[in-house]
Amino acid sequence: MSSTDISMTRDTHHVHVEHDEHHHDQNFFEKYIFSLDHKTIAKQYLFMGILWAFVGGFLSILFRLQLGWPEATFTFLEPILGGWIQNGKLDPEFYLALVTMHGTIMVFFVLTAGLSGTFSNFLIPLQVGARDMASGFMNMLSFWIFFVASVIMFWSIFIETGPAGGGWTVYPPLSALPEAIQGSGDGMTMWLISMGLFIVSQLLGGVNYITTVINLRTKGMSMTKLPLTIWAFFLTAIVGLLAFPVLLSAALLLIFDRSFGTSFFLSDIYIAGQALANTGGSAILFQHLFWFLGHPEVYIVIMPAMGLASEVIATNARKPIFGYRAMIGSLIGITVLSFVVWAHHMFVTGMNPFLGSVFMFLTLIIAVPSAVKVFNWLATLWRGNIRFTAAMLFAIGFVSLFISGGLTGIILGNSALDIQLHDTYFVVAHFHLVMGASAVFGMFCGVYHWYPKMFGRMMDEKLGYIHFWFTFIAVYLVFMPMHYIGIAGFPRRYYNWTGFETFNIFTDLNTFISIAAILGFAAQFIFLFNFVYSMFRGRRATENPWHSNTLEWTTPVLPGHGNWPGEIPTVYRWPYDYSKPGATEDYIPQTVPFSKTQSSNLPNERDFE
Amino acid sequence: MSTSTTLEAPKSGTWDGGNEPMKASYGKLMMWFFLLSDAFTFGAFLIVYGLSRHAHTPYTGEAEAFTFSTEWWPIPEKVFNAFPGFHGVDLPLAFVALMTMILIFSSVTMVLAVEAGHRMDKKDVEKWLLWTILFGGTFLACQAWEWTHFIVGTDEGMLLPDGSRYYGASMAFNQYGPPLFANLFFFITGFHGFHVTIGWVLLLVAFISTVNGVYHKRGHYEMVEKIGLYWHFVDLVWVFVFTFFYLI
Repeated sequence: MSSTDISMTRDTHHVHVEHDEHHHDQNFFEKYIFSLDHKTIAKQYLFMGILWAFVGGFLSILFRLQLGWPEATFTFLEPILGGWIQNGKLDPEFYLALVTMHGTIMVFFVLTAGLSGTFSNFLIPLQVGARDMASGFMNMLSFWIFFVASVIMFWSIFIETGPAGGGWTVYPPLSALPEAIQGSGDGMTMWLISMGLFIVSQLLGGVNYITTVINLRTKGMSMTKLPLTIWAFFLTAIVGLLAFPVLLSAALLLIFDRSFGTSFFLSDIYIAGQALANTGGSAILFQHLFWFLGHPEVYIVIMPAMGLASEVIATNARKPIFGYRAMIGSLIGITVLSFVVWAHHMFVTGMNPFLGSVFMFLTLIIAVPSAVKVFNWLATLWRGNIRFTAAMLFAIGFVSLFISGGLTGIILGNSALDIQLHDTYFVVAHFHLVMGASAVFGMFCGVYHWYPKMFGRMMDEKLGYIHFWFTFIAVYLVFMPMHYIGIAGFPRRYYNWTGFETFNIFTDLNTFISIAAILGFAAQFIFLFNFVYSMFRGRRATENPWHSNTLEWTTPVLPGHGNWPGEIPTVYRWPYDYSKPGATEDYIPQTVPFSKTQSSNLPNERDFE
Repeated sequence: MSTSTTLEAPKSGTWDGGNEPMKASYGKLMMWFFLLSDAFTFGAFLIVYGLSRHAHTPYTGEAEAFTFSTEWWPIPEKVFNAFPGFHGVDLPLAFVALMTMILIFSSVTMVLAVEAGHRMDKKDVEKWLLWTILFGGTFLACQAWEWTHFIVGTDEGMLLPDGSRYYGASMAFNQYGPPLFANLFFFITGFHGFHVTIGWVLLLVAFISTVNGVYHKRGHYEMVEKIGLYWHFVDLVWVFVFTFFYLI
């Protein structure tokens, strides 16, 4: 039965392709809005991701103003902030809403949807050699559900009581009780609805990515001939598929606690001296459920960036990636470990200390696969024939930020040290370097590198360099001082710290950080200009501008529907045959059979396939 | 010549691309992966159940002397002992056992429908789908009755400290035990029932399509198979829900 299935699916697929070659009568909506084509959907995700990144960045500038100049009055912001600013002073609850929305937007809408959504959609079919995703319809649905989630989240910023304000982790009881703060009112309801839809969108996308990688690889594309990007997207999708449903559970239970009077997370609460009826629930339980997603989420954010950086580094160092199988193995290691470390976010919530030490042990093991990856990136760069393209700079920047941020992870993973460091700016600095900025760098590296395949034109390299150096320096100038004030005990999420004698000595540093943040944000407009300008005026790209080996560069400059005009190419070799001794050029695409490269074939080359 | 041919051909093993390594179409794979993720959603709910229940004091006295109280978690047999038409008769777990049997029967008829689809036997597919729809619908009706009974409550109700009695259940308070007992009952059986309802609608659509000959023209009944996977999963989840809520 199953064998007949295969032939049936193939036949229909074939017919489908021919159909598209003969008819080009899609209307505007089919082609650009409700498109089923993975490349268009990827671009839709990219535009949304960029849009959200600017919104999220702008919010961070607002609260950096407050932190950098706590005594100043910001009357010039009154036209845009309206009631949220009184006599030039930011409303304290608005400050909390700003941090909450900055976190939510950046983690979910930019670095999950914007990063995975863009590059998994764009690169999976192109790099595995498929006409499109397994289900184009579900892919389209995934984007539009994400779009609806985005609209709801964006809308919530403009309602009178403001958006969610309980932190991006939305811990109950604060988030469960609308009477607690304004940010737990309608804004939180919209946050939960939006996130529910977002999770559905992620699951639809995720099953598509996984199925496409399993079923739609072209002939010869074995799992160990896949580019590391695909391995990264594949495992990211698996992590998302298993972690997001648990957040959905937590969100649904929280919705019931908020709106239907249940007590899953609520017990023994007094508001203004009045005891609430809720009894029996556990707030810690929510934290367990949340971090069962929350921790894998940081790997959902960073693994695609790792994949993109691996590919860009190997291509532009003109060297095979060092330790290809170790790279896959470490990705798998990270995938597995990501599910068993969540409680290191909860060391100080009153968890049993013994449990804390178990999670500490597991957490520190993650340093091993992470270090393997870093070692391999550095070893790939070592004595390479490096071309410093803008994408390559961002890839190297990614490695740098990942190392800097990763080192402090080893410190924070210790449950004893975490007692001092928890909820200080040390934590903020750590995760912004290791998963925030470095994932953003991975995303930039991907955009600069694959822009020619997306839009058929090159981005401007010079503007790319300027963008890179400003961003890179700004990121370090922002987050390095943060470590310092964090070790000194400076707490997160404080609207105003001038009342504490201890922290007043850090006024200069805070002002410095804010100036660096504003510069870094301003530098992003260079990218925005480059991105939009190059789309219309950029230098025209060739089919394979980077002399890269992977399959997407064998398609036309602007691949049409179905990606390859003729047959799907067959794959003969792994994607990293760069600078192979004896070869005529310094790259051999995956589609070149070994019979054509007799001069560079190694004696037992195919034994390890 | 022979060396060049070995150099030419890519390997053609199970995972070497150009085929379906798990011998399943993309649609079936997607269903499997969706079910895997859905299992995590249910898993989270059942863990919430386990932890919440563990956090409450169990009833330690004699089973005969059991009364409903917010002080302890109720004994399930004492809560779920009603049967339609047998008012006031103590029939512990009889009704839920019947419901479970009906759902398991619906799984059996589902298997037969899928099997008939493999044989391309349109009449048989129709027949077994109809049975599945019937059993599934009966299960939902049973659940509706059980919910109604749970909400309305028993004749005795719960004796409150002030001497009055409380009947039935709401989200805030219930006659059977701590609030979370009813909260979790409504939420988890409700979430399961929601899944059954979706599956039931899908079955209905599949039945109409089968009658119209959609699948027969397509040449295969894979859609029935995919819905079958979902239906079995929902059935399996019920086994866990049943174990947690009613047996333990």
